[in-house]
Amino acid sequence: MNRKQRSLTAVPKKIIVTLVLILTLQITWNHYLPSFPAKIEHLTTPPQLELLQILSLGDNIVGSKLLMLWLQAFDSQSGQFLSYRQFDYDTLRIWLKRILQLDPKSQYPLLAASHFYSMVNDTTKKKQMLNFVYKQFFIDPDNRWQWLAHASLIAKHRLKDLPLALKYAQAIAAHSSENMPFWAKEMQIFILEDMGELEQVRLIVGGMFANGQITELNEIKYFNEKLENLENLEKQLGRVIK
Amino acid sequence: MIKQIITLATLVIIEALHTRFFMIIFAFLLTGFGIVSFVGQIAIIETVAYQSSLLAAFLRLSAIYIISLFVIVSMVNEFNNNAIHLWLSLPMKRATYLIGKFSGFMLIACIIAILFGLSLFILVPYSQAGLWTFSLFCELLIIAALSLLCVFTFHNTIQALSAVIAFYILARSIYSIQLVAQNLLNSSQSWSDYFIAKFIYLLSIILPNLEQFTQSDWLTYYSGEIIDLLQITAQTIIYVILLISMSMFDLYRKNL
Repeated sequence: MNRKQRSLTAVPKKIIVTLVLILTLQITWNHYLPSFPAKIEHLTTPPQLELLQILSLGDNIVGSKLLMLWLQAFDSQSGQFLSYRQFDYDTLRIWLKRILQLDPKSQYPLLAASHFYSMVNDTTKKKQMLNFVYKQFFIDPDNRWQWLAHASLIAKHRLKDLPLALKYAQAIAAHSSENMPFWAKEMQIFILEDMGELEQVRLIVGGMFANGQITELNEIKYFNEKLENLENLEKQLGRVIK
Repeated sequence: MIKQIITLATLVIIEALHTRFFMIIFAFLLTGFGIVSFVGQIAIIETVAYQSSLLAAFLRLSAIYIISLFVIVSMVNEFNNNAIHLWLSLPMKRATYLIGKFSGFMLIACIIAILFGLSLFILVPYSQAGLWTFSLFCELLIIAALSLLCVFTFHNTIQALSAVIAFYILARSIYSIQLVAQNLLNSSQSWSDYFIAKFIYLLSIILPNLEQFTQSDWLTYYSGEIIDLLQITAQTIIYVILLISMSMFDLYRKNL
Protein backbone atom coordinates (compact mmCIF):
# COMPACT_ATOMS: atom_id res chain seq x y z
CA MET A 1 0.00 0.00 0.00
CA ASN A 2 1.18 3.49 -0.80
CA ARG A 3 2.42 5.18 2.41
CA LYS A 4 0.92 8.46 1.25
CA GLN A 5 -2.60 6.96 1.34
CA ARG A 6 -4.76 7.17 4.45
CA SER A 7 -6.39 4.15 6.12
CA LEU A 8 -9.63 2.65 4.78
CA THR A 9 -11.40 3.86 7.91
CA ALA A 10 -10.89 7.40 6.69
CA VAL A 11 -13.48 6.79 3.95
CA PRO A 12 -17.04 7.60 5.14
CA LYS A 13 -19.23 4.49 5.40
CA LYS A 14 -21.91 6.12 3.25
CA ILE A 15 -19.47 6.27 0.35
CA ILE A 16 -18.47 2.60 0.73
CA VAL A 17 -22.15 1.53 0.95
CA THR A 18 -23.02 3.66 -2.11
CA LEU A 19 -20.07 2.19 -4.01
CA VAL A 20 -21.09 -1.42 -3.27
CA LEU A 21 -24.77 -0.75 -4.01
CA ILE A 22 -24.10 1.00 -7.30
CA LEU A 23 -21.70 -1.73 -8.41
CA THR A 24 -24.34 -4.38 -7.58
CA LEU A 25 -26.96 -2.35 -9.44
CA GLN A 26 -24.69 -2.04 -12.50
CA ILE A 27 -24.05 -5.82 -12.60
CA THR A 28 -27.76 -6.64 -12.03
CA TRP A 29 -28.85 -4.10 -14.64
CA ASN A 30 -26.61 -5.52 -17.32
CA HIS A 31 -27.39 -9.13 -16.39
CA TYR A 32 -31.19 -8.71 -16.69
CA LEU A 33 -31.18 -6.22 -19.52
CA PRO A 34 -32.79 -7.82 -22.58
CA SER A 35 -30.12 -8.54 -25.13
CA PHE A 36 -30.25 -6.61 -28.39
CA PRO A 37 -31.93 -8.51 -31.21
CA ALA A 38 -29.26 -10.08 -33.38
CA LYS A 39 -29.11 -8.11 -36.60
CA ILE A 40 -27.42 -9.69 -39.56
CA GLU A 41 -25.22 -7.29 -41.47
CA HIS A 42 -24.64 -7.79 -45.15
CA LEU A 43 -21.44 -7.09 -46.99
CA THR A 44 -21.34 -3.56 -48.29
CA THR A 45 -19.36 -2.50 -51.34
CA PRO A 46 -15.70 -1.97 -50.35
CA PRO A 47 -14.14 1.48 -50.55
CA GLN A 48 -11.84 2.41 -53.42
CA LEU A 49 -8.31 1.01 -53.29
CA GLU A 50 -6.79 4.47 -52.79
CA LEU A 51 -8.94 5.10 -49.72
CA LEU A 52 -7.98 1.72 -48.25
CA GLN A 53 -4.31 2.58 -48.85
CA ILE A 54 -4.68 5.86 -46.98
CA LEU A 55 -6.58 4.15 -44.14
CA SER A 56 -3.77 1.57 -43.89
CA LEU A 57 -1.43 4.45 -42.95
CA GLY A 58 1.03 3.41 -45.61
CA ASP A 59 1.17 -0.19 -44.41
CA ASN A 60 -0.88 -1.94 -47.07
CA ILE A 61 0.14 -5.42 -45.96
CA VAL A 62 -1.29 -4.93 -42.48
CA GLY A 63 -4.42 -3.39 -43.99
CA SER A 64 -4.79 -6.39 -46.29
CA LYS A 65 -4.32 -8.91 -43.49
CA LEU A 66 -6.76 -7.19 -41.14
CA LEU A 67 -9.39 -7.00 -43.89
CA MET A 68 -8.89 -10.67 -44.78
CA LEU A 69 -9.37 -11.82 -41.18
CA TRP A 70 -12.44 -9.59 -40.88
CA LEU A 71 -13.88 -11.01 -44.12
CA GLN A 72 -13.11 -14.56 -43.03
CA ALA A 73 -15.02 -13.98 -39.78
CA PHE A 74 -17.93 -12.21 -41.50
CA ASP A 75 -20.04 -15.38 -41.71
CA SER A 76 -20.14 -15.48 -37.92
CA GLN A 77 -22.27 -12.62 -36.58
CA SER A 78 -23.87 -12.13 -33.16
CA GLY A 79 -23.42 -15.79 -32.34
CA GLN A 80 -25.06 -16.88 -35.60
CA PHE A 81 -23.45 -18.46 -38.61
CA LEU A 82 -24.42 -17.17 -42.03
CA SER A 83 -24.40 -19.59 -44.90
CA TYR A 84 -22.37 -18.54 -47.90
CA ARG A 85 -25.65 -18.52 -49.89
CA GLN A 86 -26.64 -15.39 -47.94
CA PHE A 87 -23.55 -13.56 -49.19
CA ASP A 88 -23.63 -11.21 -52.16
CA TYR A 89 -20.89 -12.84 -54.23
CA ASP A 90 -20.38 -9.79 -56.45
CA THR A 91 -19.50 -7.73 -53.39
CA LEU A 92 -17.46 -10.57 -51.91
CA ARG A 93 -15.45 -10.81 -55.12
CA ILE A 94 -14.67 -7.07 -55.00
CA TRP A 95 -13.56 -7.37 -51.36
CA LEU A 96 -11.22 -10.24 -52.22
CA LYS A 97 -9.88 -8.27 -55.17
CA ARG A 98 -9.19 -5.21 -52.99
CA ILE A 99 -7.40 -7.36 -50.40
CA LEU A 100 -5.24 -8.83 -53.13
CA GLN A 101 -4.54 -5.38 -54.55
CA LEU A 102 -3.34 -4.24 -51.14
CA ASP A 103 -0.99 -7.21 -50.83
CA PRO A 104 -0.50 -8.90 -54.23
CA LYS A 105 1.89 -11.50 -52.82
CA SER A 106 -0.69 -12.85 -50.38
CA GLN A 107 -2.21 -16.25 -51.15
CA TYR A 108 -4.93 -16.06 -48.52
CA PRO A 109 -7.72 -14.40 -50.60
CA LEU A 110 -7.22 -16.99 -53.35
CA LEU A 111 -7.32 -19.83 -50.84
CA ALA A 112 -10.54 -18.40 -49.40
CA ALA A 113 -12.07 -18.06 -52.88
CA SER A 114 -11.05 -21.50 -54.14
CA HIS A 115 -11.46 -23.54 -50.96
CA PHE A 116 -14.17 -21.84 -48.86
CA TYR A 117 -16.41 -19.54 -50.84
CA SER A 118 -16.49 -21.96 -53.79
CA MET A 119 -18.06 -24.57 -51.49
CA VAL A 120 -21.36 -22.66 -51.59
CA ASN A 121 -24.38 -24.71 -52.56
CA ASP A 122 -25.20 -22.49 -55.53
CA THR A 123 -23.75 -23.18 -58.96
CA THR A 124 -23.76 -19.54 -60.12
CA LYS A 125 -21.99 -18.32 -57.00
CA LYS A 126 -19.56 -21.22 -57.16
CA LYS A 127 -18.69 -20.29 -60.74
CA GLN A 128 -18.29 -16.63 -59.75
CA MET A 129 -15.59 -17.59 -57.26
CA LEU A 130 -13.85 -19.94 -59.68
CA ASN A 131 -13.92 -17.22 -62.31
CA PHE A 132 -12.38 -14.80 -59.80
CA VAL A 133 -9.51 -17.25 -59.23
CA TYR A 134 -9.15 -17.69 -63.00
CA LYS A 135 -8.86 -13.94 -63.62
CA GLN A 136 -6.44 -13.39 -60.75
CA PHE A 137 -4.25 -16.27 -61.96
CA PHE A 138 -3.07 -14.28 -64.98
CA ILE A 139 -1.63 -11.53 -62.76
CA ASP A 140 0.95 -13.87 -61.24
CA PRO A 141 0.71 -17.39 -62.76
CA ASP A 142 3.93 -18.57 -61.12
CA ASN A 143 2.58 -18.08 -57.61
CA ARG A 144 -1.15 -18.56 -58.16
CA TRP A 145 -1.36 -21.71 -60.28
CA GLN A 146 -2.26 -23.99 -57.36
CA TRP A 147 -5.52 -22.14 -56.70
CA LEU A 148 -6.53 -22.40 -60.35
CA ALA A 149 -5.61 -26.10 -60.31
CA HIS A 150 -7.98 -26.52 -57.37
CA ALA A 151 -10.62 -24.51 -59.24
CA SER A 152 -10.22 -26.89 -62.17
CA LEU A 153 -10.76 -29.89 -59.88
CA ILE A 154 -13.90 -28.29 -58.43
CA ALA A 155 -15.23 -27.59 -61.92
CA LYS A 156 -14.53 -31.19 -62.93
CA HIS A 157 -15.72 -33.10 -59.86
CA ARG A 158 -18.28 -30.87 -58.16
CA LEU A 159 -19.75 -28.87 -61.03
CA LYS A 160 -19.26 -31.72 -63.55
CA ASP A 161 -18.44 -28.94 -66.01
CA LEU A 162 -15.62 -30.47 -68.04
CA PRO A 163 -15.26 -27.58 -70.55
CA LEU A 164 -14.82 -25.16 -67.63
CA ALA A 165 -12.29 -27.46 -65.95
CA LEU A 166 -10.45 -27.74 -69.28
CA LYS A 167 -10.40 -23.95 -69.68
CA TYR A 168 -8.66 -23.60 -66.31
CA ALA A 169 -6.27 -26.49 -66.92
CA GLN A 170 -5.35 -25.10 -70.33
CA ALA A 171 -4.63 -21.69 -68.75
CA ILE A 172 -2.19 -23.38 -66.36
CA ALA A 173 -0.54 -25.30 -69.19
CA ALA A 174 -0.28 -22.15 -71.33
CA HIS A 175 1.44 -20.24 -68.51
CA SER A 176 3.47 -23.12 -67.14
CA SER A 177 6.92 -22.58 -65.71
CA GLU A 178 9.68 -24.73 -64.26
CA ASN A 179 8.36 -24.12 -60.75
CA MET A 180 5.08 -25.88 -61.49
CA PRO A 181 4.81 -29.62 -60.95
CA PHE A 182 4.07 -31.85 -63.94
CA TRP A 183 0.65 -32.89 -62.70
CA ALA A 184 -0.51 -29.28 -62.94
CA LYS A 185 0.77 -28.91 -66.49
CA GLU A 186 -0.72 -32.27 -67.49
CA MET A 187 -4.17 -31.74 -65.97
CA GLN A 188 -5.64 -30.82 -69.34
CA ILE A 189 -4.69 -34.25 -70.75
CA PHE A 190 -6.83 -36.13 -68.24
CA ILE A 191 -9.75 -33.75 -68.63
CA LEU A 192 -9.61 -34.10 -72.42
CA GLU A 193 -9.50 -37.87 -72.00
CA ASP A 194 -12.61 -37.69 -69.83
CA MET A 195 -14.26 -35.56 -72.51
CA GLY A 196 -13.42 -38.21 -75.13
CA GLU A 197 -11.17 -35.82 -77.06
CA LEU A 198 -8.65 -38.57 -77.82
CA GLU A 199 -7.16 -36.90 -80.88
CA GLN A 200 -6.37 -33.77 -78.88
CA VAL A 201 -4.81 -35.86 -76.10
CA ARG A 202 -2.60 -37.57 -78.66
CA LEU A 203 -1.57 -34.20 -80.10
CA ILE A 204 -0.77 -32.68 -76.71
CA VAL A 205 1.19 -35.68 -75.48
CA GLY A 206 3.02 -35.88 -78.82
CA GLY A 207 3.79 -32.15 -78.56
CA MET A 208 5.13 -32.58 -75.03
CA PHE A 209 7.43 -35.37 -76.22
CA ALA A 210 8.61 -33.26 -79.14
CA ASN A 211 9.30 -30.20 -76.92
CA GLY A 212 11.21 -32.30 -74.41
CA GLN A 213 8.75 -31.40 -71.65
CA ILE A 214 8.52 -35.03 -70.57
CA THR A 215 11.90 -36.12 -69.31
CA GLU A 216 11.42 -38.49 -66.38
CA LEU A 217 11.60 -42.20 -67.25
CA ASN A 218 8.42 -43.13 -65.44
CA GLU A 219 6.54 -40.36 -67.18
CA ILE A 220 7.91 -41.33 -70.60
CA LYS A 221 6.81 -44.91 -69.98
CA TYR A 222 3.40 -43.82 -68.70
CA PHE A 223 2.71 -41.52 -71.64
CA ASN A 224 4.00 -44.04 -74.18
CA GLU A 225 1.54 -46.56 -72.80
CA LYS A 226 -1.17 -43.89 -72.90
CA LEU A 227 -0.41 -43.14 -76.57
CA GLU A 228 -0.50 -46.85 -77.42
CA ASN A 229 -3.80 -47.25 -75.58
CA LEU A 230 -5.21 -44.26 -77.42
CA GLU A 231 -4.15 -45.68 -80.78
CA ASN A 232 -5.73 -49.03 -79.93
CA LEU A 233 -8.87 -47.27 -78.77
CA GLU A 234 -9.02 -45.24 -81.97
CA LYS A 235 -8.57 -48.39 -84.07
CA GLN A 236 -11.37 -50.14 -82.16
CA LEU A 237 -13.60 -47.10 -82.59
CA GLY A 238 -12.77 -47.02 -86.30
CA ARG A 239 -13.75 -50.66 -86.69
CA VAL A 240 -17.02 -50.11 -84.84
CA ILE A 241 -17.87 -47.11 -87.07
CA LYS A 242 -17.02 -49.09 -90.25
CA MET B 1 28.97 20.19 -21.51
CA ILE B 2 29.15 16.42 -22.01
CA LYS B 3 28.73 15.83 -18.27
CA GLN B 4 25.68 18.06 -18.22
CA ILE B 5 24.17 16.17 -21.16
CA ILE B 6 24.85 12.82 -19.45
CA THR B 7 23.27 14.08 -16.21
CA LEU B 8 20.14 15.29 -17.99
CA ALA B 9 19.85 12.04 -19.96
CA THR B 10 20.25 9.99 -16.76
CA LEU B 11 17.51 12.03 -15.11
CA VAL B 12 15.16 11.22 -17.97
CA ILE B 13 15.85 7.50 -17.48
CA ILE B 14 15.27 7.85 -13.72
CA GLU B 15 12.01 9.65 -14.42
CA ALA B 16 10.95 6.77 -16.69
CA LEU B 17 11.73 4.27 -13.94
CA HIS B 18 9.84 6.30 -11.33
CA THR B 19 6.76 6.67 -13.49
CA ARG B 20 6.68 2.88 -14.15
CA PHE B 21 7.11 3.56 -17.84
CA PHE B 22 8.58 0.11 -18.49
CA MET B 23 5.55 -1.59 -16.91
CA ILE B 24 3.52 -0.17 -19.80
CA ILE B 25 6.09 -1.51 -22.28
CA PHE B 26 5.72 -5.00 -20.83
CA ALA B 27 1.94 -4.65 -20.83
CA PHE B 28 2.10 -3.83 -24.56
CA LEU B 29 4.39 -6.81 -25.13
CA LEU B 30 1.98 -9.13 -23.31
CA THR B 31 -0.95 -7.78 -25.33
CA GLY B 32 1.14 -8.28 -28.48
CA PHE B 33 1.74 -11.92 -27.62
CA GLY B 34 -2.00 -12.27 -26.99
CA ILE B 35 -2.62 -10.95 -30.50
CA VAL B 36 -0.02 -13.37 -31.92
CA SER B 37 -1.66 -16.41 -30.34
CA PHE B 38 -5.16 -15.25 -31.35
CA VAL B 39 -4.11 -14.66 -34.96
CA GLY B 40 -2.31 -18.02 -34.93
CA GLN B 41 -5.62 -19.68 -34.09
CA ILE B 42 -7.67 -18.04 -36.83
CA ALA B 43 -5.26 -17.74 -39.76
CA ILE B 44 -5.43 -20.83 -41.96
CA ILE B 45 -2.38 -20.27 -44.13
CA GLU B 46 0.47 -17.73 -44.00
CA THR B 47 0.13 -17.89 -40.21
CA VAL B 48 3.60 -16.56 -39.44
CA ALA B 49 3.19 -13.74 -41.98
CA TYR B 50 -0.11 -12.74 -40.38
CA GLN B 51 1.31 -13.00 -36.87
CA SER B 52 4.48 -11.05 -37.57
CA SER B 53 2.85 -8.26 -39.59
CA LEU B 54 -0.01 -7.69 -37.14
CA LEU B 55 2.28 -7.90 -34.09
CA ALA B 56 4.69 -5.45 -35.73
CA ALA B 57 1.89 -3.02 -36.59
CA PHE B 58 0.56 -3.18 -33.04
CA LEU B 59 3.99 -2.71 -31.48
CA ARG B 60 4.89 0.11 -33.84
CA LEU B 61 1.74 2.10 -33.03
CA SER B 62 2.16 1.36 -29.31
CA ALA B 63 5.77 2.56 -29.42
CA ILE B 64 4.80 5.78 -31.20
CA TYR B 65 1.98 6.39 -28.72
CA ILE B 66 4.10 5.77 -25.64
CA ILE B 67 7.23 7.69 -26.68
CA SER B 68 5.26 10.76 -27.76
CA LEU B 69 3.18 10.71 -24.59
CA PHE B 70 6.26 10.26 -22.41
CA VAL B 71 8.18 13.12 -24.03
CA ILE B 72 5.19 15.47 -23.94
CA VAL B 73 4.13 14.70 -20.34
CA SER B 74 7.73 14.85 -19.11
CA MET B 75 8.33 18.25 -20.71
CA VAL B 76 4.94 19.70 -19.72
CA ASN B 77 5.74 18.70 -16.11
CA GLU B 78 9.10 20.42 -16.51
CA PHE B 79 7.27 23.63 -17.43
CA ASN B 80 4.55 23.24 -14.75
CA ASN B 81 6.89 22.58 -11.82
CA ASN B 82 9.33 25.22 -13.06
CA ALA B 83 12.18 22.71 -13.30
CA ILE B 84 13.10 24.18 -16.66
CA HIS B 85 13.64 27.58 -15.00
CA LEU B 86 15.87 25.96 -12.43
CA TRP B 87 17.95 24.20 -15.09
CA LEU B 88 18.32 27.32 -17.17
CA SER B 89 19.35 29.38 -14.13
CA LEU B 90 22.42 27.16 -13.87
CA PRO B 91 25.51 27.88 -15.99
CA MET B 92 24.20 25.78 -18.83
CA LYS B 93 23.50 26.67 -22.42
CA ARG B 94 19.94 26.23 -23.62
CA ALA B 95 21.26 24.02 -26.40
CA THR B 96 22.94 21.76 -23.83
CA TYR B 97 19.67 21.46 -21.93
CA LEU B 98 17.79 20.51 -25.09
CA ILE B 99 20.40 18.02 -26.27
CA GLY B 100 20.61 16.49 -22.77
CA LYS B 101 16.86 16.00 -22.66
CA PHE B 102 16.76 14.63 -26.18
CA SER B 103 19.61 12.21 -25.41
CA GLY B 104 17.52 10.80 -22.55
CA PHE B 105 14.51 10.38 -24.82
CA MET B 106 16.82 8.78 -27.39
CA LEU B 107 17.88 6.17 -24.82
CA ILE B 108 14.24 5.49 -23.97
CA ALA B 109 13.48 5.10 -27.69
CA CYS B 110 16.41 2.69 -28.02
CA ILE B 111 15.17 0.53 -25.12
CA ILE B 112 11.62 0.43 -26.53
CA ALA B 113 12.87 -0.50 -30.02
CA ILE B 114 15.10 -3.30 -28.67
CA LEU B 115 12.40 -4.77 -26.43
CA PHE B 116 9.76 -4.65 -29.17
CA GLY B 117 12.20 -5.84 -31.82
CA LEU B 118 13.25 -8.85 -29.72
CA SER B 119 9.68 -10.10 -29.68
CA LEU B 120 9.80 -10.35 -33.48
CA PHE B 121 13.02 -12.37 -33.52
CA ILE B 122 11.02 -15.49 -32.64
CA LEU B 123 8.90 -15.13 -35.78
CA VAL B 124 11.14 -13.81 -38.57
CA PRO B 125 14.81 -14.12 -39.65
CA TYR B 126 17.27 -12.11 -37.58
CA SER B 127 18.35 -9.86 -40.43
CA GLN B 128 14.80 -8.71 -41.16
CA ALA B 129 13.84 -8.36 -37.49
CA GLY B 130 17.08 -6.42 -36.91
CA LEU B 131 16.32 -4.09 -39.79
CA TRP B 132 12.79 -3.58 -38.46
CA THR B 133 14.14 -2.84 -34.95
CA PHE B 134 16.63 -0.29 -36.23
CA SER B 135 13.95 1.29 -38.39
CA LEU B 136 11.58 1.50 -35.40
CA PHE B 137 14.34 3.21 -33.41
CA CYS B 138 14.75 5.78 -36.21
CA GLU B 139 10.98 6.33 -36.38
CA LEU B 140 10.86 6.83 -32.60
CA LEU B 141 13.73 9.33 -32.78
CA ILE B 142 11.80 11.44 -35.27
CA ILE B 143 8.64 11.26 -33.15
CA ALA B 144 10.57 12.10 -29.94
CA ALA B 145 12.17 15.13 -31.62
CA LEU B 146 8.80 16.19 -33.01
CA SER B 147 7.13 15.80 -29.59
CA LEU B 148 9.82 17.98 -28.08
CA LEU B 149 9.19 20.65 -30.70
CA CYS B 150 5.41 20.46 -30.18
CA VAL B 151 5.81 20.88 -26.41
CA PHE B 152 7.97 23.98 -26.87
CA THR B 153 5.37 25.34 -29.26
CA PHE B 154 2.14 24.52 -27.41
CA HIS B 155 3.09 23.94 -23.72
CA ASN B 156 -0.03 21.79 -23.47
CA THR B 157 -0.39 18.01 -23.49
CA ILE B 158 -3.58 17.76 -25.55
CA GLN B 159 -2.48 20.23 -28.21
CA ALA B 160 1.03 18.81 -28.49
CA LEU B 161 -0.16 15.18 -28.64
CA SER B 162 -2.83 16.05 -31.23
CA ALA B 163 -0.20 17.75 -33.38
CA VAL B 164 2.12 14.72 -33.12
CA ILE B 165 -0.68 12.29 -34.03
CA ALA B 166 -1.73 14.45 -36.99
CA PHE B 167 1.88 14.66 -38.18
CA TYR B 168 2.36 10.91 -37.86
CA ILE B 169 -0.82 10.01 -39.75
CA LEU B 170 0.04 12.49 -42.49
CA ALA B 171 3.66 11.35 -42.77
CA ARG B 172 2.58 7.71 -42.92
CA SER B 173 -0.05 8.24 -45.59
CA ILE B 174 1.33 11.16 -47.59
CA TYR B 175 2.54 8.90 -50.39
CA SER B 176 -0.94 7.35 -50.83
CA ILE B 177 -2.56 10.79 -50.64
CA GLN B 178 -0.16 12.03 -53.29
CA LEU B 179 -1.06 9.12 -55.58
CA VAL B 180 -4.76 9.88 -55.21
CA ALA B 181 -4.14 13.56 -55.82
CA GLN B 182 -2.12 12.82 -58.95
CA ASN B 183 -4.88 10.62 -60.37
CA LEU B 184 -7.75 12.95 -59.54
CA LEU B 185 -6.29 16.40 -59.82
CA ASN B 186 -3.97 16.09 -62.79
CA SER B 187 -6.92 15.74 -65.12
CA SER B 188 -8.61 18.82 -63.64
CA GLN B 189 -8.06 22.33 -65.02
CA SER B 190 -9.40 24.42 -62.13
CA TRP B 191 -7.14 26.67 -60.04
CA SER B 192 -8.32 25.20 -56.74
CA ASP B 193 -7.37 21.67 -57.84
CA TYR B 194 -4.01 22.96 -59.07
CA PHE B 195 -3.44 24.63 -55.72
CA ILE B 196 -4.42 21.46 -53.76
CA ALA B 197 -2.13 19.32 -55.91
CA LYS B 198 0.79 21.67 -55.32
CA PHE B 199 0.02 21.87 -51.61
CA ILE B 200 0.05 18.06 -51.32
CA TYR B 201 3.32 17.98 -53.24
CA LEU B 202 4.76 20.58 -50.85
CA LEU B 203 3.68 18.48 -47.87
CA SER B 204 5.25 15.38 -49.37
CA ILE B 205 8.64 17.05 -49.68
CA ILE B 206 8.50 18.63 -46.21
CA LEU B 207 7.34 15.54 -44.33
CA PRO B 208 9.59 12.51 -43.83
CA ASN B 209 8.34 9.55 -45.82
CA LEU B 210 7.54 7.31 -42.86
CA GLU B 211 5.97 4.78 -45.23
CA GLN B 212 9.50 3.58 -45.95
CA PHE B 213 10.12 2.94 -42.24
CA THR B 214 9.35 -0.32 -40.35
CA GLN B 215 7.73 -1.98 -43.34
CA SER B 216 5.62 -5.09 -42.84
CA ASP B 217 6.93 -6.31 -46.19
CA TRP B 218 10.31 -7.06 -44.53
CA LEU B 219 8.66 -9.27 -41.92
CA THR B 220 6.19 -10.93 -44.27
CA TYR B 221 8.22 -11.46 -47.44
CA TYR B 222 11.75 -10.87 -46.08
CA SER B 223 12.38 -8.17 -48.64
CA GLY B 224 14.42 -5.76 -46.49
CA GLU B 225 17.82 -4.83 -47.94
CA ILE B 226 20.83 -2.77 -46.92
CA ILE B 227 19.69 0.07 -49.19
CA ASP B 228 16.55 0.45 -47.03
CA LEU B 229 18.78 0.79 -43.99
CA LEU B 230 20.84 3.52 -45.64
CA GLN B 231 17.80 5.46 -46.82
CA ILE B 232 16.18 5.31 -43.39
CA THR B 233 19.38 6.35 -41.61
CA ALA B 234 19.90 9.31 -43.94
CA GLN B 235 16.28 10.45 -43.63
CA THR B 236 16.40 10.14 -39.83
CA ILE B 237 19.62 12.12 -39.48
CA ILE B 238 18.31 14.91 -41.69
CA TYR B 239 14.89 15.10 -40.06
CA VAL B 240 16.02 14.81 -36.43
CA ILE B 241 18.57 17.59 -36.94
CA LEU B 242 15.87 19.71 -38.60
CA LEU B 243 13.41 19.18 -35.72
CA ILE B 244 16.04 19.75 -33.02
CA SER B 245 17.17 22.94 -34.77
CA MET B 246 13.55 24.14 -34.85
CA SER B 247 13.18 23.32 -31.15
CA MET B 248 16.41 25.21 -30.37
CA PHE B 249 15.17 28.19 -32.36
CA ASP B 250 11.96 28.11 -30.32
CA LEU B 251 13.74 27.59 -26.99
CA TYR B 252 16.23 30.41 -27.53
CA ARG B 253 13.40 32.81 -28.36
CA LYS B 254 11.43 31.89 -25.23
CA ASN B 255 11.45 34.39 -22.41
CA LEU B 256 12.31 31.91 -19.65
